[in-house]
Amino acid sequence: MREPLLRPACVALVGNPNTGKTALFNALTGGRQKVANYAGVTVERKEGHLTTASGRALSILDLPGTYSLRARSPDEVVTRDAVLGRLAGEIEPDVVVAVADATNLRLVLRLILELKAVGRPMVLALNMYDIAQRQGLRIDIEGLQRELGCPIVTTVATRKRGIDDLTAQVEGLIASGALSTDNTWREPSAAEIRDAHRNAQRILKAYVRPPERPDTLTGRIDAVLLHPVAGLAILFSLLFLMFQAVFTWAAPLMDGIDAGFTWLSVMVGQMLPDGLIKDFIADGVIAGVGSVLVFLPQILILFFFIILLEDFGYMARAAFLMDKIMGGAGLHGRAFIPLLSSFACAIPGIMAARVIDQKRDRITTILVAPLMTCSARIPVYTLIISAFIPDRLVGPGLNLQGLVMFGLYATGILSALAVSFLIRKVFWRGAVEPFLMELPTFKLPSAESVARNLWLRAQIFLSRAGRIILPLMVLVWFLSTFPGPPAGATGPAIDYSFAGLIGHAIQPLFAPIGFNWQMVVALIPGFAAREVAVAALGTVYAVANVDANVGALGARLAEQWSLATGLSFLAWYVFAPQCAATLAVVKRETNSWVWAGVMLVYMTTLAYLASFMVYQSAVAIGAG
Amino acid sequence: MSDTFAPLVQMSPSLPEGAVRLSAVHPGDRGVIVDVRAENQAGDHGVDNEELLRRLLEFGFVEGATIQVLHEGLFGHDPIAVRLDDMRVALRRRDAQDVWVKLDAT
Repeated sequence: MREPLLRPACVALVGNPNTGKTALFNALTGGRQKVANYAGVTVERKEGHLTTASGRALSILDLPGTYSLRARSPDEVVTRDAVLGRLAGEIEPDVVVAVADATNLRLVLRLILELKAVGRPMVLALNMYDIAQRQGLRIDIEGLQRELGCPIVTTVATRKRGIDDLTAQVEGLIASGALSTDNTWREPSAAEIRDAHRNAQRILKAYVRPPERPDTLTGRIDAVLLHPVAGLAILFSLLFLMFQAVFTWAAPLMDGIDAGFTWLSVMVGQMLPDGLIKDFIADGVIAGVGSVLVFLPQILILFFFIILLEDFGYMARAAFLMDKIMGGAGLHGRAFIPLLSSFACAIPGIMAARVIDQKRDRITTILVAPLMTCSARIPVYTLIISAFIPDRLVGPGLNLQGLVMFGLYATGILSALAVSFLIRKVFWRGAVEPFLMELPTFKLPSAESVARNLWLRAQIFLSRAGRIILPLMVLVWFLSTFPGPPAGATGPAIDYSFAGLIGHAIQPLFAPIGFNWQMVVALIPGFAAREVAVAALGTVYAVANVDANVGALGARLAEQWSLATGLSFLAWYVFAPQCAATLAVVKRETNSWVWAGVMLVYMTTLAYLASFMVYQSAVAIGAG
Repeated sequence: MSDTFAPLVQMSPSLPEGAVRLSAVHPGDRGVIVDVRAENQAGDHGVDNEELLRRLLEFGFVEGATIQVLHEGLFGHDPIAVRLDDMRVALRRRDAQDVWVKLDAT
């Protein structure tokens, strides 16, 4: 017997992807969970707590899904190191719970054999056992238990069945003082993988009788969803629906949040005496938080669709359908999901790139994600288009303004594809990583799991907004406020600030692309977040209350700028890395400033070149 | 089918008569995997042959596994979706070249 545990016993959940591991984690811990990152890496760490019937505290760690301990992605490295007990900052798990999809045991058996070599006390949870029973799949649990030398429980995580059984077995192992045996695991060679498969096959044959009524539904759905033509048509219809939702459903909520913060800022303005503190709280903090929070509805709606489709099993199908199109540009089929998210905001998009297990493909995806037109560009596009593009029909149902908007989106997409093609040629010397992906069985998503996941996304976004974006907003506020204007100054205050000084100083650099000094000054606060440029233009052109008065600003710009300048500004915004938060997230996700630097340089270069070409051509045809 | 994926002259006498590369099969084809080997042309794979082999094996592309080609992509008939024993896997034809399949007689 070892010493009784004083700390909560640590239990690690390990399993293949798509085995309902996270559902089991939710069933075990309920709401008592928290999400953070593992020390030093950007892999999500999900930990939860529960107290067993007999009063023992357990701490449950939901490790990233993997097919093998031979880790190939940052996520899988975490799983391997956690299981081996050599992950910095983590204690060794006292018990490993291997989670298996009872209807698909072949691959997980091989993983279990690897886990056995590690030698920790283990319980096998045969999850989705109800589906196995419905299919008439027979598993000789007694025999399998003897063969594998570990207790087995059957669970239905989505209905919380078998959970007490599982905790009782875990507790039994701890109470019996089961100790880890020697770790004999090492990275298997091809021959050893073959052996393990043969072994798994033998075990399967001996203890599992194939289903009498195998699932045919997935096959029938796939016949439609993976159909070369119908499948793509369905995919694009889904995308269209998603976009409609992101832009139309979110609008009233966003207006509400906007109004709320404006109201708050006015209230604070009335309560505090005029001066720096009031400016800081109203314009720096409240406006800063507001400008970030306003994107929460779009991000949640987008994630709602993504989580729903992921839980249903559709995302792997979308990756399959898109792989050839993405692959032509040197991207992985799975890059499709992150790039799609980037239409709402590059930040969740870059985070979603974690689903790509190959490092090169992941970095390429991260680098091109900000070229997708994010929703923060929309206010800028709308302002400039309404000011410079006539609102008239150019064909049946074809509005010129809408056409230009569409053109800007298309330019973003095409340049993302072109840039990823170049990145593959330049950085990766043409190497293309293998594309192997399981197409999971279709499942009805559970409302509870979707809601929980969505809440998690909201928390992550809000905490990031608090820690990264807000300080940046405050910095930009500082640059645009200090030093204050001298007494008797006539121009707008920002003109005399650091931002104004910088703007004036670097304006000559921007002359070849047709930017005047006011625009350059507006670009500086716009670096905190793209849409802030609209408010900043309002400030430099002294148009009060721009939020409610975009039309007035547009009219003012139309007087002050030439058409060439307006178009050049649009081109700039297609490419420019005008978002410090994105760069910060790139640094975090790649764990290196190098890639953030590469992004900053290549995007700025593209923006400058594009604006230069647009401006000079427009001037040449007389629009200067 | 493009020439790139046409089965090459068999490289080893140990291959059973009539085995084809998985990269050269059509939807509807079914059979048994008879060999998985590490001989993919080097160069533009981000990983070496041995690594590709291990990944294929880990996904269950092992000798003796039954395989059926379910779907293929619209462009260039790529990638393919296969039923591998009791699971479904998607892969690109270029990554499937090292998997040799003996097709059932139709």
